Amino acid sequence: MKVVWVPIAIAVALALQTTLARFLVGGTVALDLVLVAVVYVALTCGPVTGMLTGSVAGIIQDALSSSGVIGVGGLAKSIVGFAVGAIGQQFIVTAALPRLVMFLMASTVHAAVFMGFYVLMGLRSFPSPWAAILSQALGNAAVGMIAFTVVESLPGAVERRRLSRRPKH
Amino acid sequence: MAILDFRLRAGYLFGAVTIGHIVLISAQVTTDRGVPMLEAVTFGSFAEVQRGASSVIGGVRSSWGDYLALRSVRSENERLQQEISQLHVTLQQERALAQQSRTLQALLELRSEASLSTVAARVIASSASPDFRTLTIDKGASDGVRPDLAVISPDGVVGRVITPSSRAAKVQLLIDRNAAAGALVERSRAQGVVEGTGSDLRFNYVSETADIVVGDVVVTSGIDGIYPKGFVVGQIESIERVGGAFGAIVIKPAVPFASLEALLVVLSPERPVAEATAADSGAEQGAQARE
Repeated sequence: MKVVWVPIAIAVALALQTTLARFLVGGTVALDLVLVAVVYVALTCGPVTGMLTGSVAGIIQDALSSSGVIGVGGLAKSIVGFAVGAIGQQFIVTAALPRLVMFLMASTVHAAVFMGFYVLMGLRSFPSPWAAILSQALGNAAVGMIAFTVVESLPGAVERRRLSRRPKH
Repeated sequence: MAILDFRLRAGYLFGAVTIGHIVLISAQVTTDRGVPMLEAVTFGSFAEVQRGASSVIGGVRSSWGDYLALRSVRSENERLQQEISQLHVTLQQERALAQQSRTLQALLELRSEASLSTVAARVIASSASPDFRTLTIDKGASDGVRPDLAVISPDGVVGRVITPSSRAAKVQLLIDRNAAAGALVERSRAQGVVEGTGSDLRFNYVSETADIVVGDVVVTSGIDGIYPKGFVVGQIESIERVGGAFGAIVIKPAVPFASLEALLVVLSPERPVAEATAADSGAEQGAQARE
């Protein structure tokens, strides 16, 4: 089942990222919906699936970018996927606060690896990245929390709706 | 135990994925010397292995040569002493001729001969693939070696630097299939392009009216901007004619590529003779003043 829904989740995240993300909050907050999907997959499926999902999704995201080195995003997301999956296996992260912390940390680590690699290779400079990192982390965390809530409440809602439609005898 | 195994596998997988990404990134990024990072790192790392292997083999060879194979050294030493004496006399004559030549060139304002700035290098490895005729030398970017610098030996032109790392450099030999150099026949000044075939050299793009015979010496023309002018490439070995035009002109390389050990990398472009003469005479005046 995982083999089916994980690629679908990534495809949906990529589609939303490429079409909708720039309209959110007037385009001022750079959300990374693919990263949100990777963190979700890592928390629910573990480090290996999280890492592989991050790797594939990041490489696709890099390839879709107009100017960028293919692999930097993949590396950053695979590290995040592995780390989040490993932490998710060691600690209980089903409550809202730990998940929020996970999303914030994942976004920060992702930004650090991504920007660090570009700076290390001398291909790009990020003069004052803290505001961008913070806003992206908060945005990703908010979207991630909403996504978790929606996805987790979806089966229950469907079941309740089905039961309510059943004819009463 | 099963959990531990899983964690171990996950760790290996994580390492493999990370290395895979780094390789992918390195293949796309070039260093500030214009070489792909993947190639530079791979070559730089492997050059150190080659350096180590070369040192070990060199040590064994020198031990053999210095201690075990010293037969007939005394007689050879005497013969060499005699040769040195003769060479001293020849050197005096050549020095006088050179001084005369420099004076004449300065008078005619000729700017042809070159004083080259070079760095000596030792061959530490040959090419990893038989399809490419390259070798590795023990001097790199930290010694001023850059891509497209000419590499020469006392016998003639060896090739050009293609990939420098910090402490080693890959040299493309002139006999490599992708190598070429502007050249001319020393006797008749007939121009053409020397191209490698993998084992010897061909003299191509030669005018059909050019005066070329077997045995002619071919030297670099300097028009390619890489090889300095006037260095020996080789000797015409055979000439084929197709109708009126030249077919294959085979050049026997002057350099014994199979047994190269010490080379010179030409660091600077040619220095005009007028400057060289002025510098030399300045140095001489300085020396006289000190005396």
